[in-house]
Amino acid sequence: MLRGPGEADIAFTVNGAPAKVRAAPRRTLLDTLRETLALTGTKKVCDEGTCGACTVLVDGRPIYSCMTLAITCEGKSIETIEGIAKDGELHPVQRAFIDADAFQCGFCTPGQIMSIVALLRENNAPTEDDVRRAVAGNLCRCGAYPNIVKAGVSAGKRKS
Amino acid sequence: MPRVVKSREEFEGEIFESLVLVEGKDLPVAPAGTEFSEIAKSRRRVDGQQRVTGRARYTQDVYLPGMLYVRVLRSPYPRARVRRIDTKKAEALPGVRGVLHRFNAPKAAFRGEETIFREEVRFVGDEVAAIAADDEQTAVEALRLIEVDYELLPHVVDLEEAIGDMAPRLDTDGNVAEAATHKRGDAKRGLKEADFVVDATYRTSTQLHNSLETHGAVATWDGEQLTVYESTQHVFGVRQGLRLALKLPFSKIRVLCDYMGGGFGSKGGVGKYSIIASLFTMQLGRPARCVLTREEENIAAGNRSATLQQMRIGGKGGRITALEHISWANVGQGKWVANPTGPTNTLYDIANLSSKSYKVVTNAGSLSAFRAPGYVEGTFALESAIDELAEKMGVDPLTLRRKHAASPKDPMVGKRYSDKHLIECYRIGAAEIGWQRRRAGGVRGSAPHRRRGIGMATQIWGGGGGPPAYATVHVNSDGTVVLTCGSQDIGTGTRTVLAQICADELGVELEDVHVRLGDTDNPYGPISAGSLTTASVGPAVRLAARDAREQLLGAAAGVLETPMAELRLESGVVVTKGARTPLAEILGKVDNNTVIGKGGRHPNDPDLSLRTFGAHFADVEVDVQTGEITVEHIVAVHDIGRVINPTTARSQVEGGVLQALGFALSEERFVDRATGRVMNANLENYKVPTVRDVPAKITVKFVDRPDRKANNLGVKGLGEPPIIPTAAAIANAVANATGARVRHAPLTRARVLEALAIAGARS
Repeated sequence: MLRGPGEADIAFTVNGAPAKVRAAPRRTLLDTLRETLALTGTKKVCDEGTCGACTVLVDGRPIYSCMTLAITCEGKSIETIEGIAKDGELHPVQRAFIDADAFQCGFCTPGQIMSIVALLRENNAPTEDDVRRAVAGNLCRCGAYPNIVKAGVSAGKRKS
Repeated sequence: MPRVVKSREEFEGEIFESLVLVEGKDLPVAPAGTEFSEIAKSRRRVDGQQRVTGRARYTQDVYLPGMLYVRVLRSPYPRARVRRIDTKKAEALPGVRGVLHRFNAPKAAFRGEETIFREEVRFVGDEVAAIAADDEQTAVEALRLIEVDYELLPHVVDLEEAIGDMAPRLDTDGNVAEAATHKRGDAKRGLKEADFVVDATYRTSTQLHNSLETHGAVATWDGEQLTVYESTQHVFGVRQGLRLALKLPFSKIRVLCDYMGGGFGSKGGVGKYSIIASLFTMQLGRPARCVLTREEENIAAGNRSATLQQMRIGGKGGRITALEHISWANVGQGKWVANPTGPTNTLYDIANLSSKSYKVVTNAGSLSAFRAPGYVEGTFALESAIDELAEKMGVDPLTLRRKHAASPKDPMVGKRYSDKHLIECYRIGAAEIGWQRRRAGGVRGSAPHRRRGIGMATQIWGGGGGPPAYATVHVNSDGTVVLTCGSQDIGTGTRTVLAQICADELGVELEDVHVRLGDTDNPYGPISAGSLTTASVGPAVRLAARDAREQLLGAAAGVLETPMAELRLESGVVVTKGARTPLAEILGKVDNNTVIGKGGRHPNDPDLSLRTFGAHFADVEVDVQTGEITVEHIVAVHDIGRVINPTTARSQVEGGVLQALGFALSEERFVDRATGRVMNANLENYKVPTVRDVPAKITVKFVDRPDRKANNLGVKGLGEPPIIPTAAAIANAVANATGARVRHAPLTRARVLEALAIAGARS
């Protein structure tokens, strides 16, 4: 279906709930999540696909939401950092991050966690190197990497 | 009654004498070996849940109803006069609500200048105009419609070019100004008497902070009060800057910073973006948001100065006889310089010493403090030169350092250190890295074309903190506690360690303490910089908690009808000889109440020098065909007094090591000399370390003995120490492995190959 150049209605699910937004074709999924849907857990850092802070899952795959147009997400399932805790219980990756002290300022943390959540769905017993590969596209300026790797491995052991 | 006393504090290498307001008596330091309930225990971060769920609200997450988006037009030229600005087309664009530039903006003082939009723009990225619009895209489009008539002026961006005779003079006094000088003994004579002299030039490149959260502010004016959400390391500093710029009293300005996405020194005060957002909200009556893009962050939000450093160091009979250090730093349009000569002046007991630090202005973005400003650059040169001398003298570089590292006195100011365990750091570090395995000339690595070597370097830094810092502890009638202070948690774990100190002193559970920071309506808190937070705010928190505890025990004595001396408060329970009564039960028996304890940091002893010490050891492998350096193991040992939370302390050291790894191996800003443009103002071409760059092993050790003369907790700071010695330790390890001395950080492959070629030509 060809749409645009004006604003278009877009329907997808966000964290399991249906969402309808109206957005210009050039609007990114990141801006739509943050500004239209008030899901500010996903961060904007480089806005050009080089840092991974905006990582969310689209149909289960980790993607850079700053490099994804909202209009391409019609009918898709989007998961963000706000949606992975269930019934007030933190996701095992979230718990592992707290236990391993895997963040300092925390600005990259939502992206790191989403990358590892995606990894664990494919591989529930990742090695350190698996975790490194999963977060190789997620920059952390505070240098929490050693603990991020520990958290990823230990979250696998907790199973998700 | 509060009283005024003298104090002496160090901040980022400078000493300040001040008058401070204190009350009551300070508390004694608990001796080494004391068993605490919360202090010296590894605890999970108290704000961990907020940070891992995305609920932590950072400045960039503040979206207010009716908020305007502000974007800034920045100079495309490194130096030009703004002759005329035509904004008619921009203003005609639907959705544009306001425009500010040098011809219409009200005067607003900023760092000694009268306006935020200069007539003469002085670097690519200097602010020319700002647009406020209903949405970001409109603001961006409107910027393109602004027509500016620039008169181009001659420029210079490169440090060494700016020092030379051919460069345009940017200041009436020239581009080079002396910033700091120190002399003791007779360096010239000491060099003459030396048997061995190293005369070498070192360079460090410009490093960009790249905090993941860019600088930014959201301002809102309600006709009475200006509220500014700002990503900052110092809410009170921002308030001061806004007061000067906007001429509002403190009572009408509130600055907030709840969660903060990294600053590393660059977010120390008000920014032009905060003033611009404030001017717009006060003019237009709608909230205004001005948040920098990544590119703006990298051209206009500060950097670590590039340096050129000349070292002359002489040795004789196994000792250093003299040291001469001259440094030039490219401060861009900055008004100060982070002196690289700090470590030279203070680290070693060297009798004959002379140092000079020059500030060099250029048409490049200004410096701002960057985690141990000056010390990272200076330590690279100093500690490389010491190794070069040791090599020439044929002595072990650690042995040579030991001879000059044991003095209990600060060699620059002549005062005694409050405490010093540098030799102990050397001992621990040497054992951990296996220093005895170190062979002159290195050893073969994992392949014939790979060489392996070990190196080390020392760090000295302040971190003693000092007043002013205040805190209040509110105890609610259910026994829960709110700790309030004006500090910030910039990712270092401040909320957690302050909660631990509070819970420990008060005698309540950690989870019952809620910490409120980052608000100028709180008691004054210092800048989160200079490695001073734990040592400045921590002792104030302890006093506030003690004050609250005394009051609670007084209340408990009344309710339980027991003498106060027979009561203790432990884990939220009042303990008497025969009974344990929860605090909530006691407070519940009196009518609604709030117990308020308050505390202020007491002064430092003006006769002492407060310093942190440490040493890093590096084990590296170098591919002599490609010039690639692989850091296999870093050992970091620090003497920072008592450690409050071993887990967060360890994290901070690892983070410092990794940020230093960027400075040492990959991070380097490139500015095109012809156009003055930063060529890599992004995270693609500016290489910050990734998870793949982490050394196979990082060992973190602390001496962990309370500094009993520092403050009532015996603590010192840790933010900066771990970034200081890493690059020099790596350069020394590379030299040990290969014989190649790389005198320019970062040690890129090209530089390593060049140094290998020079070393090869010599051998």
